[in-house]
Amino acid sequence: MTLPPLAPPQTGDWIGVSDHALPVDEAWKWASLPHCGGLVTFCGLVRDHSEHRPGVTSLEYEAYIEQVVPRLSEVATQARAHWGELGRLVLLHRVGMLRVGDVAVVVTASTPHRDESFEAAKFCIDTLKHTVPIWKHETWEGGSDWSTCAHDASSFDAGDAPVARPARSS
Amino acid sequence: MARLRLFGPAREAAGIAEAQLPGRCVGDVVAAAVARFGPDFSQILKVSRIWVNGDDAEPGALVNDNDEIAVIPPVSGG
Repeated sequence: MTLPPLAPPQTGDWIGVSDHALPVDEAWKWASLPHCGGLVTFCGLVRDHSEHRPGVTSLEYEAYIEQVVPRLSEVATQARAHWGELGRLVLLHRVGMLRVGDVAVVVTASTPHRDESFEAAKFCIDTLKHTVPIWKHETWEGGSDWSTCAHDASSFDAGDAPVARPARSS
Repeated sequence: MARLRLFGPAREAAGIAEAQLPGRCVGDVVAAAVARFGPDFSQILKVSRIWVNGDDAEPGALVNDNDEIAVIPPVSGG
């Protein structure tokens, strides 16, 4: 599989999937806006262990590649529906072979105030893990197999709404 | 003949990533897949969703040659 490197869009949210290293620095710089005082970046990294699997050395992400961006876009739409003050939003996922420490997913959200950027970023990472058609195959010291931490691929029906927002304190 | 796409553990169990299978509806195509790919695939199918052109589909949904049916096992991105 060969996918093009990721580049920020002229307009709208930056959403993409790539088999190249994810542009974390470029993402948060792109997401910073004059009216946004809060910016949260979440990076999901390849960890050296998983449940009952010590010594993880690599992961291979397989994707239904044509449906990744549409699903990520639905996550972005949901986030914007709930956090109307969202400035910029970045949702990027990597596929292919990754080593321990590699960045597998990046979520960046900028908002005028900090609470909303934390909330929106958490909503996006939590939701994309349940909705985007990607599968993780783990190699560890005892063998290799599909991740046991998998979720039924839910759609965006009622029940997927974000948790109620707490009142902003400042 | 609808196009069937298989991913992750479903692809591994079937030993193939895609196939052309006969059937007038989603259920027919899935039944043809079970007959062709066997019991390991059938086990994965029990915990999988079926999408048609990217959306959840019921077994009775009619399909044509232009439709893409996908077996979506539990996802583990992120």
